Formats: sequence, structure tokens, C-alpha cells
Amino acid sequence: MELSLETLKKIDEVIPKYPEKRSAALMVIHFVQDELGSISDETCSWIAEKLDLEPINIKELITFYPMLRETPWGKKHIRVCRTLPCALRGSYKTCKVLEEKLGVMEGHVREDGEFSIEFMECLADCGEGPVVMVDEQTFENIEGKKAEEFAELILEEKLDSSKSFTSYEDALVSNNSKSKKSQNK
Amino acid sequence: MIKKKTPKERRIILKHADDPSYSNKISCYLKNDGYSMLKKAFKMKPEQIGEEVLKSGVRGRGGAGFPAGMKWKFLDRKSGKPIYLICNADESEPGTFKDRQIIYKDPHQLIEGMMIAAYAIQAKQAFIYIRAEFFEGARILENAIAEAKSKNFCGENILGSKFSCDLIVHRGAGAYICGEETGLIESLEGKRPNPRIKPPYFPAVLGLYQCPTIVNNVETLCNVKHILEIGGEEFSKIGKPNNTGTRIWCVSGHVQKPGYYEFECGALTLGEMIYDVCGGLLPGRTLKAVIPGGSSSKILRADERFTGKLKDGTDFDWGIEDIPLDFDGPASAGSMSGSGGIIVMDNSVDMVEAMANINAFYAHESCGQCTPCREGSLWMRKITKRMCSGDAREEDADLLLSVANQIEGRTICAFGEAAAWPTQSFIAKFRDEFEEKAKGDSNKPTLQLI
Repeated sequence: MELSLETLKKIDEVIPKYPEKRSAALMVIHFVQDELGSISDETCSWIAEKLDLEPINIKELITFYPMLRETPWGKKHIRVCRTLPCALRGSYKTCKVLEEKLGVMEGHVREDGEFSIEFMECLADCGEGPVVMVDEQTFENIEGKKAEEFAELILEEKLDSSKSFTSYEDALVSNNSKSKKSQNK
Repeated sequence: MIKKKTPKERRIILKHADDPSYSNKISCYLKNDGYSMLKKAFKMKPEQIGEEVLKSGVRGRGGAGFPAGMKWKFLDRKSGKPIYLICNADESEPGTFKDRQIIYKDPHQLIEGMMIAAYAIQAKQAFIYIRAEFFEGARILENAIAEAKSKNFCGENILGSKFSCDLIVHRGAGAYICGEETGLIESLEGKRPNPRIKPPYFPAVLGLYQCPTIVNNVETLCNVKHILEIGGEEFSKIGKPNNTGTRIWCVSGHVQKPGYYEFECGALTLGEMIYDVCGGLLPGRTLKAVIPGGSSSKILRADERFTGKLKDGTDFDWGIEDIPLDFDGPASAGSMSGSGGIIVMDNSVDMVEAMANINAFYAHESCGQCTPCREGSLWMRKITKRMCSGDAREEDADLLLSVANQIEGRTICAFGEAAAWPTQSFIAKFRDEFEEKAKGDSNKPTLQLI
């Protein structure tokens, strides 16, 4: 297992911030997973040692928390919100469209490792459902026909430059979230 | 009938959030008089701030609605152990998306509120526990904290005083149970978030590292700043007695304009919210049901009457549209305002499917510590899912009810109730649809929910 100097630095900086070392566990796991994509048994032991813990103390976290992984997701990971408010706005259909277009079932990684889809629980943006996250970007109102166009753009790697879809995060940066949102509707 | 004017939003917490010229940078916050309340706070005695919060009557915005000032009063100050402050930014109750607006658009408001609260309770260390799906939100908070530190609003010797309090952004990892305060504390200690039993583990006495700890919601902590600004007494006049201040209501589901709206408590009814503020239902649809306070709260049927006596002794007889939007209104109607997440459902919804959707959520999110919840939530998911796959049985409604009744009140934390209440209320109000399923309905709903 090899970690970049940057990740190692982040880990060494975060641990002493906490009154007790063990508290840093989730943050350290996040840093490592951000780089490696998942936490193997070997990595578990390494993190445990860093925090003066037993490997099981890390393993029990990886196997409990939904966002911690023992195997990596695809290069692009798509999260579709499944919970009631998004479902009322058609998220089951959205998920199906994405599955068909990207060629992978939810909960799985496409054979070539390019894409994975997760039909997951509440993303806390219920007023703009169906909500879809592509890696760390949040896209709102991805329903019906829009889901097809959205999937095409992901496939063509043109989502970032697309004018039809601006993520919640990018809309904030451009500092006019309100006006952009209303254009999208 | 006299036509009333549409009630107007009163934005205190979200005053700047959607102003296009406003940003989440400290320069912008300072231009808008930011951190002036922190300066005011440091000229006061810590107890005085607690008194103001108590006088304000502000109730917790996370779901339980417990008076924040009272929570602070319970803090064990005699033990000599360090005191901790935790901001619950897990925002995990389905239907709720208010804290997101504050974190992403006005993070300094939260930091100022937290630092005032930390000074008031004399916390040694403060944490923001943020849901991991808010990737950018965590970065925004990190940057904002760095900015605040550079201006001495946070960290060592705040504003040149002897008081120091560092602030750490701690990311969760996608578990709903971390919104439960003792589960959150376990998670922050680096463990599985299995909630602790109360008593003895009241956080104010035995919280983080078994030290006195205050856990408050994002919106509650922001209110602390405004209480100082307005004054506890004046703040208590906003809204209604026992329901003070504003609330950010999050409306989702089948309305024309879903979104977040901040109103004085009790300023409008559920009907006004749905029809006037949110533009009514989608074309051609009729209202079927509303879940008024996040998915854990009991569902209300559009055509039922709610009657009883209010706390002040007056009788009420409400239709669903008449329910006042404050803490006590939805509670009087047999549900709760919870986290303020209003989920609206129209006649396109098959209630058994909606139930199955909710049950799948709770089955996924049960921490598994208590048997009734772990097993019961899974059975409720299984049964409702089977019912939606064309295999419903006549006895299913009673079976579901018996499972739910055996969860409620038999678990360490309130997740048991959160999982049981939806099933109990769906069956109480829509039993006909559950029984209809067993007769093999031919018209498959067009909207898929499970």
C-alpha cells in the first residue's frame, strides 16, 4: 500500500487535532479512501496502527458506514437518491435510465471499471429531486427525458462543459445559484 | 370567506443566503456586520448569554424541539471535566434540506453562532459533524474556519480574550443514525454509531469522552447569534408563545414549487404553505396525504378532521389545510413538526408503495443494536415489498402493525419510534389501500416508489 505525501501529511495533521486519537478514525479513512478508492485488509491494519488501535476497530467502521468501501467504485461514481421525496419525483425511472445508458446495474461497477451506480438513501436536497451526484457534484431535477440527456453527457465526458446541467456546487461558485436554478426549471 | 393575503416569508437565518451579491467568504460576511455579535458576546458573562437563550424560548430545530436554553442548563459544570460543543450537521431526516443552505451559502453565520455558544457554555473544543455527502460543504466550512481563525474569531485567545476554542470539521460516512445525538457522539469517538441509553448517557452530563457535551442543530446554533442581536425577550415575541422564532420549512414532493421557506412560527397554515407559497399541486392532481416533519413523522390524510383541545384550552377542529405550521400544530394533529421536512403526496401515489419506500429506508439505516428495531425494520421492508410485488395477503396490514407496535418503545434510541410511526400511521389512515392490495389490484400505479 502506498500513499502520496499529500495524503500522509493530511493524516498527520488531522490526528493531533482531536482530544483522543481514535476520534480521527473516520477522517483518516476518508483521506485514504479518497486516494485508494477502498480500504483493504492491509490498509485497515495500517490505519489501525496509526491510531494505536486493532485492525478490527477500523474494519468494523468500514463494514458499517455505507460510504466506506472494501472494494472500489468505478472511475466515475454516480449516486442516485432513492428516498421518498426523490422517488415521488421519479428517481426510480432516473436510476433505470442511468443503468441502461451507462450499462451497469445499481450497486455494481461496470466491467471495464469506468462507471458505477449507487441507488442510495437521502442526499438532503429533497426540494430538487430527483437528485443525482456524479462523484462530488450534485445535480438537481434529473427526471424523465432529462435523465437521458444527462446520461449521454456522462458517457461523452461532456457533463462538465454542458450548459444544460450546472451542479449545485458550481452554481454557488458562479454566485448566482438562484437565477441559474430557475432557468433550469 | 375573507380572502387572506399570502403570508410573507420572514428571513432571519436565510436573510442573505440567496442574495446574488452575497458569497460565503468572510469579507462579505464582515461587510454585512458579521461577527459583531461575537464581539458583543465577549463583553457579556457566559451565563448571561445562556439566560438570553433561555428567555428566547428557542426550541431545537433538529427534530425533537427541546428548548435549547434548557438543554444548556442541564450541562454538568461541577464535574470539572472539559465541556464540548457539537454542531449536528448530519441533516439526515428525509425531506430536510435546510442546513445545506446555511452551510454552503452562509457558513460564517454558523461559525459565529457556534463560537458564541461555545463561549456561553465554556466549551474547550467544538466540532461540526457534517454528513459525508456534503463534500463541498465540508470544504467550505474548512475554508471559513481558516478565515475566521486568521481574524481571531475562532481558535486561540478569541478576540484577544483568555477564551480559546478550536473548531473541527468532522465528516460522517453516510449513516442516518449519526443524526441521533448519542450515535453521533459514538461516531465522533471513532466507533460504530450505536446510540447510548438515556439515562445515564445524557450528553449534557456524559457525552463525548464521557464529558459534558452539548449537541445542537445547525439552525439552532445560527439562532443563538440572532438571539443576541434581537435580545432574548424580543426574540420570544417572534412567532407564537412556546413556538418562538422563525423556522425553515422544507417542502418536497408533489407541489409546483418545492423548496425551503423561512417563516415566523405559526405565521401560516399547512394549506397556505402548499397552495399559496408552493404554488399548489401539479396540474390535474388532488391532495392525498402530507408527512409534516420528515419521513419519521406520522402521515396526515388529506380528508381527515383533526379535533381536540389546544394547550390554552381552546377547542380546535381542523382540516389538513388548517394545521398551523409551528411546533405545536402538527403535534396537535397527532404528528410532529420534526425537522420541518414537509413531504406532499398527491393522488398518483400508491400508499403501499410509499410505505415500502419508507420501510426500505429504515431497514437500511437501523444500526442493528436493538433486536426489535433490527429485525422489525427488515420484516416491515420485506412485507411491504412483497405486497408491492403482487403477493399481498389479507392479514398483511395487521401483521405490519404488530411488528411496528413491537418496535415502538422497546429500543435504546428514538430510531425505533421513527421506524414504527410511519407504518402505524399509514395503516391507521390508509388501511383500505393495504387491504385492497390483497384482492389483487389490476391498475398498477404509474409512479414507481419501490
